[in-house]
Amino acid sequence: MHGTDGISTAPAPVAGREFKVDYITRVEGEGSLVLRVQDGQVAEARLKIFEAPRYFERLVVGRTGDEVIDIVARICGICPIAYQMTATHAFEDLYGVEVAPAVRALRRLLYCGEYIQSHALHVFMLHAPDFLGYPSVLAMAGDHRPVVEQGLAIKRLGNRLISTLGGRSVHPISVRVGGFSRAPRRGDLDGVRADLDEAVEMARATVALVASWDPPQFNHAQPLVALRHPREYPYNDGRIVSTDGIDLAPGAWSEAFEEHHVEGSNALHARTRDGRAYQLGPTARIALDADQLHPIAAEALAATGLADEIRTNVHRSIVARAVELLGACADARDLIDGYREPSAPRAPWTPRAGVAAWSTEAPRGLLHHRYEVDDDGHVTAAQIVPPTSQNQEAIEADLAAFAPSVLDLPHAEATHRLEMLVRAYDPCISCATHFLDLRIVGPGRGWALR
Amino acid sequence: MPTVAARPRLRVGIVKMASCDGCQLTLLDLEDELLPLAERFEIVEFPEASSVRSAGPYDVLLVEGSISTPDQATEIVELRKQAKRLVTIGACANHGGIQALRNWSDHDAFRAAVYAHPEYVASLAQSVPVSELVTVDAELNGCPISPDQLRELLVSVSVGRRPQIREESVCLACKRRSVVCVMVSQGIPCLGPVTQSGCGALCPRFGRGCYGCYGPKEQANAVSLARAFAWTGRQDAEVARLFAGFTGWSGTFRSVAAAYGGPPGVIPYAVPAEPKGGPDDARD
Ligand code: SF4
Ligand code: SF4
Repeated sequence: MHGTDGISTAPAPVAGREFKVDYITRVEGEGSLVLRVQDGQVAEARLKIFEAPRYFERLVVGRTGDEVIDIVARICGICPIAYQMTATHAFEDLYGVEVAPAVRALRRLLYCGEYIQSHALHVFMLHAPDFLGYPSVLAMAGDHRPVVEQGLAIKRLGNRLISTLGGRSVHPISVRVGGFSRAPRRGDLDGVRADLDEAVEMARATVALVASWDPPQFNHAQPLVALRHPREYPYNDGRIVSTDGIDLAPGAWSEAFEEHHVEGSNALHARTRDGRAYQLGPTARIALDADQLHPIAAEALAATGLADEIRTNVHRSIVARAVELLGACADARDLIDGYREPSAPRAPWTPRAGVAAWSTEAPRGLLHHRYEVDDDGHVTAAQIVPPTSQNQEAIEADLAAFAPSVLDLPHAEATHRLEMLVRAYDPCISCATHFLDLRIVGPGRGWALR
Repeated sequence: MPTVAARPRLRVGIVKMASCDGCQLTLLDLEDELLPLAERFEIVEFPEASSVRSAGPYDVLLVEGSISTPDQATEIVELRKQAKRLVTIGACANHGGIQALRNWSDHDAFRAAVYAHPEYVASLAQSVPVSELVTVDAELNGCPISPDQLRELLVSVSVGRRPQIREESVCLACKRRSVVCVMVSQGIPCLGPVTQSGCGALCPRFGRGCYGCYGPKEQANAVSLARAFAWTGRQDAEVARLFAGFTGWSGTFRSVAAAYGGPPGVIPYAVPAEPKGGPDDARD
């Protein structure tokens, strides 16, 4: 519900505490979280999703690969490229399309653009206000204008990179099965290239800055899952690996994981087939792909001395995200320097029946698509597993593990800490900045906050 | 931008219904103007970006997203009461969005196709434009909206004049930019002649046909364009799938899609339902 942050003074029904968090998923939007504490023990930690369902897996039925690319982009306005890329690779894998090396490089470049804008948005505009104590980036700008302007400048560069390759920064239009409808001229990239030098320096300073912000203390290791590629940071390509030994082709996600539909949720939760939660995103990638980070980013990460803490304190994800922001700027610069226009922007292909499945690394973590396709190249069934629905159970596990450390804090502070933990996952833009319903109820503490 | 320091700051709200957040993100993407804008507007409700919340009243309320759940249907009526001016932003809010494709199908069957427990999911049988429930004062088109048009809207409301938004087809935008016609030169079907511009003919400039994301231009002759596609050897189903896109639930596009057999992947209504596709004489 919009605009309802009034404090309710409902009397305490039970001798326990209930934390409620408005939150999001599936298509990155609105949802809530319930955390119940009974006698000092966390009795339940659950995400409830009320983002309106949009039925994308059914909307793509009957459509061709090219149409699917346009449709699935609309699942998320913040990471449309992740959706477009995953679908494209899936169909190309099924159709046996060999894309030109220059086209492959352009795709990595496009994905870098998405990392830059999405991570800059989260680090500076959504997450930083938590550390500096403001309700929003606009409020923060009064006291920290240079930081905010730096963030906006980096974000703008990411958007320009996307627009240069795809026409516009939200739902770009050039990605097609087999390549692009149009490939940029070398000269088209000059403007962005010139600004990347400064962006690299700004991102480098960002890593040091966010590493200097003290996070809440937390130590909770979870299984981490990410793509891993032997020669590059795994934006588009790699094998699905984990800290506990999973190693699968990018299309074989369902061999190790499965989805469940949980009551009270418009999102499906994913677990490992043996029923465990796992964590995706910058934390997981930094842990599993540290050796593939751009050397500039690897050096900046080492200088923070936080490589280990990042793995066990999700509040440090802002550091992981800043390191990736730097890595994406540096990778983008190298990709542009090495760019040669492809002879054709798009490889030809013919459809065939079968299963088109792939995974890529969205800014928020591994994104998996699986399409069943008929002889004409029309989709007959689809499964789309976004990172946020995979992270849901990890968030719940983290909340349960983190809650005991905040129960004795003043109410507002406890509320803020829990809210901040969920936001550390970058679950979604729309509600991630305000979603907490904290209700602590019990004898003598009959107050509640919505 | 002219200075408006003497005026009281306008109370602005930005809210979402069923959507991808891409249109509200366009506001945050006005990076250069964002901080100056924040000085002239008081942004009182923008859960995407701020923990400061307000249930109104608003001088201007921007609404993203279509109405697709019972709660949203109630909420939009309440929000309308709180808003002096209500502006819908994007194809979801103006036309029902890509999710309105479900309107062609049996809702229960659709829901069951995605969710193992459809009973856990609250949604309306149809995803509809905001204007079907409340009065809308202005619309920004696009999936997503254009940053330039958003900037123009914000500047115009801040100085109290009408937004100046050019009304022309994508086709005309191509001509003005001397873009070679993709239909004539490459035989690519393109909705440019019947689609409202605002994107600057983005798709033709990138070598592909327009897929109508800004919605039908007023008085567009979509019927003739569809007939032209059919004459050049396109199957009916291809014509229907092109019109049944991101703004496919809007009047003209919807009737053409219906006349050519409807979008692919429809799950027919379990009971003989009232016609959902609009007039069936759109072919004549
Ligand atoms: S109109 Fe398009 S960009 Fe805007 S919210 Fe809807 S799906 Fe997203
Ligand atoms: S050309 Fe058509 S589909 Fe492409 S951006 Fe413009 S209105 Fe949208």
